[in-house]
Amino acid sequence: MDLRLSEEERRFREEVCAFIDAALDPATRARMESGRLPTKEQWVAWHRTLAARGWSVPDWPKEAGGPGWDPVRRYLFREALQAAPAPQPQQFGTQMVGPVLIAFGTEAQKRRFLPRIVTLEDWWCQGFSEPEAGSDLASLRTTARLEGEHWIVTGQKTWTTLAHWADWMFALVRTDPSAAKPQEGIGFLLIDMRSPGITVRPILTIDGEHEVNEVFLDEVRVPAENMVGDPRRGWDCAKFLLSHERAGQARVGIAKERIRRLKRIAAETRSPRGRLIDDPSFRDRLAAIEVEVKALEITCLRVVAAEATRAGDRAPDPASSLLKIRGSEILQAIATLTLEAAGEGALAAPEAEPDRPSNEVPSVPDWAAMSAPLWMNWRKFSIYGGTNEIQRNIMAKAFLGL
Amino acid sequence: MEFELSEEQRLLEASLRRLLADRYGFDRRKAHARTPEGWSREVWRAFAELGVLALPFAEEEGGLGGSAVETMLVAQALGEALVLEPWLATVVLGGGFLRHGASAELRAAIVPRLAAGEVLLAFAHTERGATADPADVVTTARREDGGWRLNGRKTLVLHGDVADHLVVTARVTGAPGEERGLAAFLVPATASGLARRTLRTNDGRRAAEIVLDDVAVADDCVLGEPGEAFPLIERVVQEAIAALAAEAVGVMTLAHRLTIDYLKTRRQFGRPIGSFQVLQHRATDMLIAIEEARSMAIWAAMSLDEPDAAERRRALSAVKALIGRRGRFVAEMAVQLHGGIGLTMDYAVGHCMARLLAIDALFGNAAHHLARLADGGGLIRAA
Repeated sequence: MDLRLSEEERRFREEVCAFIDAALDPATRARMESGRLPTKEQWVAWHRTLAARGWSVPDWPKEAGGPGWDPVRRYLFREALQAAPAPQPQQFGTQMVGPVLIAFGTEAQKRRFLPRIVTLEDWWCQGFSEPEAGSDLASLRTTARLEGEHWIVTGQKTWTTLAHWADWMFALVRTDPSAAKPQEGIGFLLIDMRSPGITVRPILTIDGEHEVNEVFLDEVRVPAENMVGDPRRGWDCAKFLLSHERAGQARVGIAKERIRRLKRIAAETRSPRGRLIDDPSFRDRLAAIEVEVKALEITCLRVVAAEATRAGDRAPDPASSLLKIRGSEILQAIATLTLEAAGEGALAAPEAEPDRPSNEVPSVPDWAAMSAPLWMNWRKFSIYGGTNEIQRNIMAKAFLGL
Repeated sequence: MEFELSEEQRLLEASLRRLLADRYGFDRRKAHARTPEGWSREVWRAFAELGVLALPFAEEEGGLGGSAVETMLVAQALGEALVLEPWLATVVLGGGFLRHGASAELRAAIVPRLAAGEVLLAFAHTERGATADPADVVTTARREDGGWRLNGRKTLVLHGDVADHLVVTARVTGAPGEERGLAAFLVPATASGLARRTLRTNDGRRAAEIVLDDVAVADDCVLGEPGEAFPLIERVVQEAIAALAAEAVGVMTLAHRLTIDYLKTRRQFGRPIGSFQVLQHRATDMLIAIEEARSMAIWAAMSLDEPDAAERRRALSAVKALIGRRGRFVAEMAVQLHGGIGLTMDYAVGHCMARLLAIDALFGNAAHHLARLADGGGLIRAA
């Protein structure tokens, strides 16, 4: 038993950090640091910078165009990006549909789609949730009926992240409404977002952002060759996808980066007890979070190490539920501490760009103006990808046999 | 990076667990607890035969050369059986001082007998009104006639009622709280001027109040460097914290297992109570807490090798803070999910709760270590 990184692992991490430092556009970094989503142009540019280095699809095996890293290197790579902070490779392609195609796709599908994911020629979005199918995803009602060489898709998807930037959507569609169980008779279908019959309507969230959308599909014709695997077994793809890249769920690197930033902020922020960083109550609460981050980090490393010994196993790992629950709770606790540090500054709405003082009132720094929108935005961590309550259901069933 | 156990480590763990399964069922434990000493000499001999007592000592001194990982495995197994025997006091605390602070002659005189189960040790350190800071010592050591004279009062000396030798901390110079000026001595419990009174602890174990009235100690019983013993004391306390963290994981594991069994068998409203989602989620939260604690116990064992003293101190404080909080949480949940039965002497879950509270209280509770960690700048550097 040895928690220390090997010499090669340490060198790998240094190489990654040095590359990020040299290659990351300062404006992108500043935007990430401020807590804003990168612009599409920034994200695409960074993804392609990584692609040029051979690093845009860190989880993929060599034969699919990936670097063929082991789970430890994949973890170190992600953490280095989070720490910079830099955008991750665009996740809907690289972490979601890509691995599904590698595991379940035809050779033709792989040849057609995988290279374009590597270089982000195609921006993917995820068509899973529907107005009546949230936590109970299997109750989805968007239908696909086969007419000759095409699936005709009709229905509505919602909470579709960045659908307004997307070229393609991977969607769960009901192919057999008469199937005995709701999980049966669902297909995993790849849909061109430029197809006639698709309407994307923005959902503005309470932080003022446009990140998610409703997607309406009205008699959309999708070539039959775009079905992944058995048209009745798409649920297997969905389950595989939802538990892929287990350690990434924890976002330990983001937590550490946010804590470092909060400490710098607290050194320059006044409290009723002097500098905020010297306020014992603030310090104790922050230290308690740091302890939890460390416990999560070691747990992550244990999962990563276990993953390395069970390579090729496609079964969902309930440990990813644990990491997601704690990871989300910790980030939300950091957001709360930051919000409290902002005090009345949390009232000011932030500007669109990080380098301008908020509302042209120089007394409210950008981090303070961003603290409330971020606090609100980060509630999503315990909601999307299966709420924390659903994660607990999964764990209770898998680990406890309840 | 490597989390796997070696073949030898797996064997050790399996044989200890087998011994405990055979000889340390909860009813047997109850019987041991009712004896005046509160534990079983027979079990202690079995530990000796298995090598559990010799484990951390160097092979050339009659030990087995086990590392912090082996100690972690033992502590976890002992915790899972709620073992009452004075392993922490004798092997980890007393043994720690022998390994890190005793002369070769002293080690040769004691280690083989300790490994054979013939000698019990205890750590006489805590004083009334002291904080958990290891330097908060008032008891004095005075140089006299080529030896030392100890004066003071120690309390909550774990298993000090039965120990053959006591590791006594005392101050040669300086004021309480100062790291400079501390010393440690191995004192026979029969020494003239040493009086002891048995105390009970809230987790059903024994401890002692020790009064030192001009107790004479020879130079060959000095542990470490007189006046410079703080690093030695801190080191041994850190090893004890790592062992307690692992023990806590074992206790939490037992509490959780009992709780899950109960949820599956206890029926109310015509169905097993484990079918209720709110209880399932609480049981899941217990599991999450235990995995976090397990991670920290591993980190504790690994951090004992950290050469940077400040870094090591931060790590062990972080460990103790998390273990204390998660231990209490698991105890609360285990009792809550059991209902009233969880609070009875006759059932193991209540004893898990009592032990987890004791583990939190020992060597600085969660609040103490969190404050120390916060004052030391936390775990994550700002820049």
